[in-house]
Amino acid sequence: FRSGSATAFRAYSSLDVSATLKTNVDTTSDVFAENDTRMRSLVADLKAKVAQFSLGGGETSRARHTSRGKLLPRERVRQLLDPGSPFLEFSQFAGYQMYPDDVPCAGIITVDSGGANLPNQADVFPDKEHFGRIFYNQATMSAAGIPQIAVVMGSCTAGGAYVPAMADESIIVANQGTIFLGGPPLVRAATGEVVSAEDLGGADVHTRVSGVADHMAVDDAHALALTRRLFLNLNQRPGADIRTRLPVREPIYNPEEMYGIVGDNLRRPFDVREVIARIVDGSEFDEFKARYGTTLVTGFAHLHGYPVGIVANNGILFGESAVKGAHFIELCAQRKIPLIFLQNITGFMVGQSYEHGGIAKHGAKLVNAVACANVPKFTVVIGGSFGAGNYGMCGRAYGPRQMWMWPNSRISVMGGEQAAGVLTTVARDQAERSGKEFSTERERSIAEPILAQYEHEGHPYFSSARLWDDGIIDPVDTRTVLGLGLSAAMNQPFDKEDTRFGVFRM
Amino acid sequence: EDDLAKARAKPLFNTILIANRGEIACRVIRSARRLGIRTVAVYSDADRNSLHTRLADEAYHIGPSPSADSYLRSDRILEVAAKTGAQAIHPGYGFLSENAAFAELCSSRGITFIGPPPQAIRDMGSKSASKRIMSEAGVPVVPGYHGDNQDDAHLAAEAEAIGFPVLIKAVMGGGGKGMRIVERAEDFPEALESARRESRNSFADDRVLVEKYLQRPRHVEVQVFGDTLGNVVHLHERDCSVQRRHQKVIEEAPAPNLSAEVRAELGRQAVAAARAVGYVGAGTVEFIMDADRPENFYFMEMNTRLQVEHPVTELVTGADLVAWQLEIASGRPLSRSQSEIPCRGHSFEARIYAENPENNFMPDTGRLVHLSTPVPNCDASLGLGSLNRFPAIETDGQPKAGLELTDGFDMAPLTRVESGVRAGDEVSVFYDPMIAKLVVWDTDREAALRRLNDALDRYHVVGPRTNLSFLRRLASHPAFAGAELETGFIDLHRDSLFPEGTTSDSPGPISLESVVQATLHLLLEENKQTAASASSSQFPASPTWSSGAFQTNLLTSRVFNFNVPTAAGAASTDPASKIAVTVTYQADGSYRMEVVGERLASAGTAAGTAADPIILENVRGSRIPAHGNEVGGSVAPGGTAGELVTDLLQSEWAQHLGTARVVARQLGDESQSIQPERELHILRARDSARHVLRLDVPKFVSKLEEGADGASGAGGFGSVLAPMPCKVTNVSVAAGDIVSRGQTLMVVEAMKMEHVVRSPSDARVARVVHAVGDLVGERRPLVVLEPIEGEEEK
Repeated sequence: FRSGSATAFRAYSSLDVSATLKTNVDTTSDVFAENDTRMRSLVADLKAKVAQFSLGGGETSRARHTSRGKLLPRERVRQLLDPGSPFLEFSQFAGYQMYPDDVPCAGIITVDSGGANLPNQADVFPDKEHFGRIFYNQATMSAAGIPQIAVVMGSCTAGGAYVPAMADESIIVANQGTIFLGGPPLVRAATGEVVSAEDLGGADVHTRVSGVADHMAVDDAHALALTRRLFLNLNQRPGADIRTRLPVREPIYNPEEMYGIVGDNLRRPFDVREVIARIVDGSEFDEFKARYGTTLVTGFAHLHGYPVGIVANNGILFGESAVKGAHFIELCAQRKIPLIFLQNITGFMVGQSYEHGGIAKHGAKLVNAVACANVPKFTVVIGGSFGAGNYGMCGRAYGPRQMWMWPNSRISVMGGEQAAGVLTTVARDQAERSGKEFSTERERSIAEPILAQYEHEGHPYFSSARLWDDGIIDPVDTRTVLGLGLSAAMNQPFDKEDTRFGVFRM
Repeated sequence: EDDLAKARAKPLFNTILIANRGEIACRVIRSARRLGIRTVAVYSDADRNSLHTRLADEAYHIGPSPSADSYLRSDRILEVAAKTGAQAIHPGYGFLSENAAFAELCSSRGITFIGPPPQAIRDMGSKSASKRIMSEAGVPVVPGYHGDNQDDAHLAAEAEAIGFPVLIKAVMGGGGKGMRIVERAEDFPEALESARRESRNSFADDRVLVEKYLQRPRHVEVQVFGDTLGNVVHLHERDCSVQRRHQKVIEEAPAPNLSAEVRAELGRQAVAAARAVGYVGAGTVEFIMDADRPENFYFMEMNTRLQVEHPVTELVTGADLVAWQLEIASGRPLSRSQSEIPCRGHSFEARIYAENPENNFMPDTGRLVHLSTPVPNCDASLGLGSLNRFPAIETDGQPKAGLELTDGFDMAPLTRVESGVRAGDEVSVFYDPMIAKLVVWDTDREAALRRLNDALDRYHVVGPRTNLSFLRRLASHPAFAGAELETGFIDLHRDSLFPEGTTSDSPGPISLESVVQATLHLLLEENKQTAASASSSQFPASPTWSSGAFQTNLLTSRVFNFNVPTAAGAASTDPASKIAVTVTYQADGSYRMEVVGERLASAGTAAGTAADPIILENVRGSRIPAHGNEVGGSVAPGGTAGELVTDLLQSEWAQHLGTARVVARQLGDESQSIQPERELHILRARDSARHVLRLDVPKFVSKLEEGADGASGAGGFGSVLAPMPCKVTNVSVAAGDIVSRGQTLMVVEAMKMEHVVRSPSDARVARVVHAVGDLVGERRPLVVLEPIEGEEEK
């Protein structure tokens, strides 16, 4: 699987050249300094919020949890993992500011479940992606050969009982874990039978009598030790056959410079190659069609040794850039090279000449290529993600394996200013048609709420709260996060099936 | 002259057998090898893989581990000698080395015993006979009365003649019983009566003897050599005063603070003693010397063998004493005359024992999990460094100019390690627990002592407990540096040699540095494990391996829980012995450590309480190869060779922490525990103190080992059920019996197979439900158990 190449650049031939990106960043400029300061403060806010979430509940609820001899959820994760190994946590902002009570990380990392939240049942029970889907997914994932191990360290009631029951193997902690379809209150209400939780569905019952669980642990730590042993017997098979380039070289430029390059002002342009240069191995980038459709940058690079194709915005999408992107994606699909999309897009170009030039059909080609390319895709929103640009650049709807937001990014159907502009223009036209005066106050009264709404709803915290992405990351961590994502993607031999594209409108 | 020339031309042996083991066997083999002599080793069961069997050209098994069945079996040893064509047997020290009968047996088989004539062994083997012979030869013996006249007045008069203080000893005495020191004549009658009474009570014999009592005796001994032509020389003296349990601890040559006259007289008397018994080969004449009046020294005994401490003599004289033994046993004359035997510089030997000084120097045993030593720069196979230091000497009788401290004299200090063990070897109960002799030489005593201290600091053993820390305290003791030597040295300085906190049951010493090093070691070990997993994976460059403990938007923290075992190596129950280190992985690859523990000895730090932890920022570590001035290695408990583990901290703490070698030792194995306890030994250069931490085992381990997983059901009480439909074939218990966990309750038969039904816990049998012959359905009760009174149900 490893490439024979020992170094990134081996001058076999006197004609060999390197593809190392050059930098034009002036780190001493005022703009750089301002960008840097503002991005750092966004990152600091992000980390402070996550640090708060990571505590889970308050001091008292944590103390109550640990006093029962239980480990806190994050400790459980740590003990489950190889010591000192990475943990790429998803959706830390899930549910953020969506409910009256704080639900850190949407309670996902905590595994205890008393079942559906009864007052909110309409939001969680009946629909396609609601509760039932979890078990559907368990069944179909198991059918696909994805191992599932359940560790029951608290109560698994009602629907929750199906999680361990549908797992390949399950572990339950003695005198702590319970599994039952109906808990003692429901049993009492339904049949009048009075029974303790332990006698109804405790560890002893399920490992000795019912067989609902397979292994009994004496405490949390033991359960996790057993889990680690179960992993030894998964017989994990080789993943994707892909040629990595070793040894891996770090980017030659300091990734922290991305703070000063990008900043938080979406209207301030930057050359996306400066970002690529701070993410990819050795800052090496073999650009494809550099002179054509220049608002979309495409090219090949390596990331932690894995070959990747990069599609990155460097301005508004024109017909040429869309076609170039479709071409490049076809190359990657043909060669089984994973794709990385760096989104910073206000949208496709509008206007008469562009419509006449067929921008819609060119955009369609790009969307078609993105949708059908059967390689792992990863999307990072490093700036704006607006309108159809989001689709062409592999937004959430296009099934990227992972989608990450930078804290400076914004995501919405269009920019807040554009939306306010559209709405005030429409209002002004109406006013003018009815001969009314359209005051600047009136204009402001229409624009300001829209601007505020778009700022709020386009914010990555809002997006992440609704799982429109997989999380918000520090730009400096982009290389690591993408590397871990690629590493996870390699567990599936995606290379076995060729891509079949839809009909391209020519 | 003709005889001398003939003797000189005698050939050396072609093959010798070494009837010994351990360091002395290795020592003899090295010299023999340098002389081109083939060597045959013998070994017991326990020594099947010992170093001496590997160094020798051939090795033969001679019996089970106990020495009476192996190294003392002269018949088997002689069989091997005959089989291998060995012309001579070197007995080393101990075992058969002073066994006259064995020496005679050898000669009767035509094999040369490399040692003195049997009669000399016999003469010197008896204390009374040897003293008589010495008296007759004019060698001073301890003044005393050993006669039969037990009359009070007579004994008092003898005491007066000897001169006070005197010692009254029971003739049958031992262990200090019936022994009295008398300072003044007027105290003599009462002391005599008391000594007799005690002797009568202890030995049913009240005869006593009276001897000169030396208040501050020194043990000074002289190395002598005789040849078959009747020449005898001495190779100067050694001081071996520092002893414990009547065994020497540190020896040195020459003996300090002696005038040239006294030293010359010592040599002269030793030669006279050897001549008196027609001595041939290597021997040692031991004297007891009055530390306050060194000119008063008296013959004690003569050891008719090569002594353990012979290397200090070798380093000050440049003579290879084993080579001399071999030459003389071949019939050659002494290669140097008395005037050609210099005494240059100063040499020390420290004996490193597997023992527990804090527990009265009781021997310890066990596998040497790790052994590292200072790099030796001389050994017998290299000629002991003597080639440079002592230019070639012609044995024409006249000393050469080269013997003076001149150009030819290489002043390079010497370090020598005489050992018969390697890392991974076992210090067994069968033999002497000596691990090694550490020998140093320098130009004077002060320099040599500094070198000894330095070498001790570089000597590290993990496995059995050793006296290394004690040796270090001894060698750095001001009174030792001041050469205030006497045989009571250790008792006299007991308080300073065993400072507070070194008693066997107090928690051992630990420093913040050690805690940090141990933690760092564990982290680096994990990194190594990760690297190994990476290299065997399909994607070795995956950031799964290389991105450390990366977490999305968070820093990873974890806690290492340690406890400090007692100085005797036992688990400490003292809550103050607990130490917790919270490690946070920093984005730059360094670690932040928060240390909480009451027992941290490092001065000038915060208390280390939970509210006020000791915080170390920017801790980094890496593995570096072992120091150039150390050699050694570790073995995993399973016995495979392990690598050297040396960590370097590169941080603001570096100047305090420097490098350490951390050796992890597993206590017990997987057959006994699902997670055996682990000990971390923190070994640092310039520090021979024993810093040990134990890693806490998760709570569930002991719960499981108590049977809490309840293969037979929770709790372990209540009914023990039939595992399947079966017939009872045997009932082993009755109601009221107390049974322990795992004890057989019943035997049942099902599907033509016998199944033993065991007790799930310690319990009382409340009822036996079924009798032999009963057919029992599945999950029906067989025996009902209840808690033993006074024990709460768990």
